Amino acid sequence: RFQGDQLLPYTHVLLQNLLFSFSSGTQSVTVENFLRVLTGRLPPSTPRSKRLLSDDRSNILIYLTGHGGNGFLKFQDSEEISNVELADAFEQMWQKRRYNELLFIIDTCQGSFGNLFKYNLNIYFFTLFVFQHQPDLAIGVHLMDRYTFYLLEFLEDIHPASKANMNDLFKVCPKSQCVSTPGHRTDLFQRDPASVLITDFFGSVRKVEITTETVNLTDPIKFIHTITKLHPHPDPPLLLFLLHPPSSPLLPVSPQKPKQKDWHPPDGFILGLWTLILMVFFQTYGVKHLKHIF
Amino acid sequence: MTEMATTEVEHRRGQLAALSIAAVVIVVGVPLWWKTTETYRAWLPVSQIQELAKLELQLSADVEVVFARGTVPPEQQKKMPLTQTQEEDHAVDEDTALKYRYETRYRTATVMEEDALNKPTAAEADLALHMLSESPCGSLVIYVIPESSSQLPLDADVYIGQRRTALLRVVEQMRAAKTLEQLLHHLQPQIKQVLRVMSFSRADITAALSDRVRFHPGSKESVADSMRAFKSSPGYEITFSLLNPDPKSHRLYWDIEGAAQTYIQPLLTKMSPVANFSIDSQTLHYTMLGVNPRYDANRGAYTLNADSLAHVINPVEARLGSNAASSNPVLNFLLYVPDAHHSPLYIQDHHKQEVPSNAFHSPRWGGIMVYNVDGYYGPEAEFPVDININMAKVMGVFLAQLRLLLGVQSSPPPTGFLVAPCGSAGLADWELDRLMWSRSVENIATATTTITSLAQLLDQIGNIVINDNIAEQVSSAVASLQLAVAELEAGNLGFALQFSKEAIMASEKAFFDPSLLHLLYFPDDQKFAIYIPLFLPMCVPILLSLLKIASEARQKRREKQAKKD
Repeated sequence: RFQGDQLLPYTHVLLQNLLFSFSSGTQSVTVENFLRVLTGRLPPSTPRSKRLLSDDRSNILIYLTGHGGNGFLKFQDSEEISNVELADAFEQMWQKRRYNELLFIIDTCQGSFGNLFKYNLNIYFFTLFVFQHQPDLAIGVHLMDRYTFYLLEFLEDIHPASKANMNDLFKVCPKSQCVSTPGHRTDLFQRDPASVLITDFFGSVRKVEITTETVNLTDPIKFIHTITKLHPHPDPPLLLFLLHPPSSPLLPVSPQKPKQKDWHPPDGFILGLWTLILMVFFQTYGVKHLKHIF
Repeated sequence: MTEMATTEVEHRRGQLAALSIAAVVIVVGVPLWWKTTETYRAWLPVSQIQELAKLELQLSADVEVVFARGTVPPEQQKKMPLTQTQEEDHAVDEDTALKYRYETRYRTATVMEEDALNKPTAAEADLALHMLSESPCGSLVIYVIPESSSQLPLDADVYIGQRRTALLRVVEQMRAAKTLEQLLHHLQPQIKQVLRVMSFSRADITAALSDRVRFHPGSKESVADSMRAFKSSPGYEITFSLLNPDPKSHRLYWDIEGAAQTYIQPLLTKMSPVANFSIDSQTLHYTMLGVNPRYDANRGAYTLNADSLAHVINPVEARLGSNAASSNPVLNFLLYVPDAHHSPLYIQDHHKQEVPSNAFHSPRWGGIMVYNVDGYYGPEAEFPVDININMAKVMGVFLAQLRLLLGVQSSPPPTGFLVAPCGSAGLADWELDRLMWSRSVENIATATTTITSLAQLLDQIGNIVINDNIAEQVSSAVASLQLAVAELEAGNLGFALQFSKEAIMASEKAFFDPSLLHLLYFPDDQKFAIYIPLFLPMCVPILLSLLKIASEARQKRREKQAKKD
């Protein structure tokens, strides 16, 4: 999710109940942070709420929106992630059993990504070639494209007990309404799409079991001697709400430009070296003797 | 003449300059470029890691079968003590093979054991036997008692005690056996069943290997079983939360510290070889369940049916605090006291029956119990009412849920088996053993998978820097794994579990090291795009001058050849 996210004005209860959402702040959505969250390679000081604590029974929904091109996606219009990097990240997640099933919705131009994934990774793709946008008459700027509009319309009809399945999702944006070409790839998925419920990914439905057995406890409770403070309660402190300034990164990972830990030669070095070599040549030969070289 | 000489000298100098520059570029420049652009990769024990890819585990258990008086005819008793070894092979897939080894020792009971076995009930006999001797971790003792003994009820043939003992009653066909060998042959199926319940079974171990072996379990029950318990982790956090949606009507008091210390801590202390636990508690006010209960006029109470329970957890979970610093899995136990307008609140199962415990749990998350307080006060009470929660009842439910979630209790025992209720610690010794077996196997399987996939990853992507600390972690993980497998083979369950825990911590630390993301992918065309503008202009004059020198040298040689002829 990004600044100017199309879905924010229409926030839906289902999406609010997601267990973990990466869109914590606009500054922190970089390629490096995204890959770190996916593969779990975060510094040890990262708090629990910023980690993807998934296991082999978790279903993950990844929704990427923005600009894209042939074989890459743009992050915040300043960085790119290539399909090979994403494929590597998913492969590592699969190896480490970090997900059960993954639904990957790509809402960008030329989002047909899936060609590089060769392994049976239990991934669903729902992608799109975007060509037409739906303009907002008030501002005169395209705020949302048709694909997102129809997808949103479909999702707003889903309630937690819905039985809609994946095939319904794939029918959301036919060519006649959408002008763009949505595509989906399901060959990397083990189950039949018709048997997969939308609420597996979008809902907040958990598996529960009734507790049928109890343990009969008969011992009396031990008295725990707690040391109570002798001085009286201080007045409750005033709660000051500090508003995070938007420029502070919320993830304790380095900001967009990585700090250079290794020594790299300064930028002018290569140019200087080249100039030096050329000068030596001309010094040795003299300009008029260039014909010896060429 | 001198002009020709100077040109000749200059020409010579030119050639020398070109050659020396070419020499400098090749001798100094190329190695410098290579050195500065290579990534530091510390040495990894790749051959040992590849050996680990093929996992062959051997699980050994020591079993002692003691025959009480009246089970074996006297002339056969001379053949004892007798030791037998049985091995069972179990090939899970092409990379993983298991061997189960039971070393069984048959002997007759001592006088003191006979006294203990003559106690009126099985529970007392169990206690008396335990006073005599204590079996080490991972071993079992089965006492065979005669058919005439009345300690077991009629429908049960086997009694499984709280420690590591079982009582097995001889049945009709066994009594007909004339020789010891025949008797042992008849006893085998029963003994095998006992072993499957009390130590390790194929199903348990295969489930523990789920990280290594991707298999599709057949039945729905086995899926549910494998999903329910938390994955093996070095530590867990347990959080008890009291949810009070209606503080205006109810003022709740719960002695959570005392209750946790009395009822939960003994279990956690007993399980300390398996994992570390930390307990905390919190109280939340004005937190509703998020699902509207339905009023049932027949019962005069509000009901929550089983289908709506699935939607309770997520809204509540957002409000729960947890220890932000650790990334250990959290087990949440919630005690919900319904508000005065929706009291009493009962949970119904799928058959619309009321659930006696009034609680439900979610696999790999925790449990929720609904505690009704409408019985504590009458209609004329002055609100808010002070209520002291009965912690023994609450902890009874939470303890049962905790046992399920930690994987202590799995499938129900087979027919004819009578299992003693778990002791005051909440965990029988043999249950702990079984958990230790499956945890050791799970840890070893996970650690081997992690290490082999890390080695594969580092091999594939040549750009990733391998720091020394990663190499150290990998080496220590490999060493711990080898030790764990060896200890498992020897039958030392405690050491095997400890080594397997060390292995898993080291391998996870190595795999999830933040530095392994340092260099991202560079496609070939980008690499060319960077190098060509830098090096090509420099190389063109050098190359051309070298070519010129070579062609001149060839010409001179041809002239010399021509002169000779």
